[in-house]
Amino acid sequence: MQSIEPSKNFEIRPKLSDAGAVEGELLEVSMGPQHPSTHGVFRMDIVLDGEQVVKLKPVFGYLHRNHEKIGEGTTYLGSMPYTDRLDYFCSMTNNWAYALAVEKLAGLQVPERAEYLRVILAELTRLQNHASLCGFFVQDMGASGTPLMYAFREREKVLDLFEAISGARMMCNFMRFGGLRCDAPVGWLEQVQKVVDEFPAFLDEFQALLSENEILMARTQNVGVLPRDLVVNASITGPLLRAVGVNYDIRKVDKYGIYDRFHFRVPLGERGDVYDRYMMRVLEMRESVGILQQALKSVPGGPIVDPKAKLRGFRPKAGEAYGRIEGPKGELGFYLISDGSPNPYRYRVRPPSYINLTVLEDMCLGHNVADVVIILGSVDIVLGEVDR
Amino acid sequence: MLALESIKTQVEQAIPGAKLEIVKNDAPSAQHSLLVNNTSGLAVAKYLRDEPSWRFDYASNVTGVDWPELELTEKIKVKKVVDGVEKEVEEVKKTVRPGYLETVYHLYSMELKHGPLIIRLRTENRTDKVHLPSLTPVWRGAEFQEREIFDLYGIVFDGHPDLRRILMWDGFKDFPMRKDYAEPDDYEYEPTPHDEVLDKAKQHYPAGA
Amino acid sequence: MDEGLRSELQKQGVFTTTLEDLYNWGRKNSVWPLGFGLACCAIEMIAASMSRWDLARFGAEVFRPSPRQADLMIVAGTVTKKMAPQVVRLYNQMPEPKYVIAMGACAISGGPFKQGYNVLKGIDRFIPVDVHIPGCPPRPEALLHAFMTLQEKIDQQQLTGEGRARHLNADQPSEFPVPEFGEHDLQPPNNPAVWKAPVLKR
Repeated sequence: MQSIEPSKNFEIRPKLSDAGAVEGELLEVSMGPQHPSTHGVFRMDIVLDGEQVVKLKPVFGYLHRNHEKIGEGTTYLGSMPYTDRLDYFCSMTNNWAYALAVEKLAGLQVPERAEYLRVILAELTRLQNHASLCGFFVQDMGASGTPLMYAFREREKVLDLFEAISGARMMCNFMRFGGLRCDAPVGWLEQVQKVVDEFPAFLDEFQALLSENEILMARTQNVGVLPRDLVVNASITGPLLRAVGVNYDIRKVDKYGIYDRFHFRVPLGERGDVYDRYMMRVLEMRESVGILQQALKSVPGGPIVDPKAKLRGFRPKAGEAYGRIEGPKGELGFYLISDGSPNPYRYRVRPPSYINLTVLEDMCLGHNVADVVIILGSVDIVLGEVDR
Repeated sequence: MLALESIKTQVEQAIPGAKLEIVKNDAPSAQHSLLVNNTSGLAVAKYLRDEPSWRFDYASNVTGVDWPELELTEKIKVKKVVDGVEKEVEEVKKTVRPGYLETVYHLYSMELKHGPLIIRLRTENRTDKVHLPSLTPVWRGAEFQEREIFDLYGIVFDGHPDLRRILMWDGFKDFPMRKDYAEPDDYEYEPTPHDEVLDKAKQHYPAGA
Repeated sequence: MDEGLRSELQKQGVFTTTLEDLYNWGRKNSVWPLGFGLACCAIEMIAASMSRWDLARFGAEVFRPSPRQADLMIVAGTVTKKMAPQVVRLYNQMPEPKYVIAMGACAISGGPFKQGYNVLKGIDRFIPVDVHIPGCPPRPEALLHAFMTLQEKIDQQQLTGEGRARHLNADQPSEFPVPEFGEHDLQPPNNPAVWKAPVLKR
């Protein structure tokens, strides 16, 4: 077992009288970075009183691939493939957030057909991300793989669609500044319609098997409750925020793209525990299916990219812009500072998973180690985004 | 959207000692920002969060930026006496803009659903006076992001509850995101180098190859 | 052994083989991987073990969580300098015979993130790698092909003689020194016993 090396100004061992331990010592455990359920190379230094958590500090940086420094060294378009690798489950929405920020920086307009296709691809991404997350979450609880297999079966259908339109399953690199890279092939929209029509059957199956399951409800209700006054102050976004009851969905607030043309509801939770977060994602999947049905009915023809957008020699004027979207994990934003040269001067990613980890300690205090695993699973982190 | 001018005047009236400046943004996004002076940073932040008609309770993004020393050259026309005749001559004037590190905060309001308001805090120089007030007591979401800026840029945030390195290991000595960072040299095996990488890889070629 | 005699005996229900063949057959068909995904390639590794491209039918029945019970370490994803000591430590903890598959461009050479102050340019700087899979990320079929290549490699291993397998050779090390965190880089930045920079004709 690896030993923890606390840094000099951080005392991991609290005083025994604070912890209320009667006798004996507190146990320091380092969970990770190689652990079957930490969703990547993530490490938590936990101090335990028996089985209960007394203090928890997350440690990451094991996947810090200096994406931002590389962004300063390549052109704007050259950073687009790197955005795929940020949150590696949702490459299409990462691409969209970056394209949105550059379009704000350079003042580009996106044609209608490209907007519709962007919405379709983003909602498909949301579907497969939430499905995979529910699968991983239930596996963390000990279901040993079978719900994950069901979820990945649906994910494979969506990945086949992505491969048909962009050429790659995961790292699609598909959005461009002012539109998309190329148009959808003939028959693609019919294939999407078929997948979207079959998806509610999977949701019903999943719901029947899991959402009313006694074990799941007993393990997740009233576990990892996030208090409402903390959640806004700690900059939490995404399903974690809405599980507490705060109605803030960037698709409704900023109305980027053409989301104001579609009618969809924003599910809200009550208590902010792990069960609410799980149900958030199930309900959001249903809403995404609704958006997809509406979007597929009215995709217009037309050009796929802004005619004024230049691919080569793209030099935006000096200035800065911040563009954000509602990704499946929360608010994904890109902040770009340009100084008139082909490379950005400062390229910053606002990662939702990183900031959602701020409250991990508050959620886990007083719970057992087994609950820590479930709480971490419900926060939905992806280390590529946390560490960049 | 609230006009930056009215925000500036209201904050300067409410908090004595606050000096705000509007930093213009030329890009089509027109997201102008407010530069706040360091001593009143914390008070201004609290006021922005608590003021009932604004309620900026959500700090969405905290970024660090490195602005090294820049030599600006300007061509100005000066009246000079040349060969007995007074003429207008073009002279090149060089000014040095001093270097500084900067933190940029993007603020939104979840309650009233408006934003963004962008505020900036600048250090005095890049070498020894790199302290800035930490806004973590006002917005807890800035906690990890300010730690990251400390790790990668070297700005020390006074008042941060737990300031230590977050992405690099604890014994690391440099600040990697600064513009003058020299990365370690492990370019021994580069099959297809070009541009800067070719220069770095050449040092490792065996003699005579 | 004479082939004709062998088929005659098989018809009578007597099977003959060599100890080497039997040993290698048993080992190659039950390679248990260590569950060790670092980054994006880990998702393709998980997809390769799901119901569409089943890895379990090749013998990788369970992904063991503990290195003490695993034979194979699939390094899937970018190895950063902060993570490199842990990877080498995990490799040291695996019991012999052990194999390493470097999956993805990042594990082979640093990949797209090569110009990085925190990225280790390939895990083969510290530990010996048996199979490399190029791709970013490689498709699950590529991982299955790599698995079969590893099985062929195990099949070719000899038990005795000069070219015998590493775990039967007392001279070759099976544990490698763990690098330390230095002030600007790892100390040492690579392991010269394991990796020598290939000389390229330019």
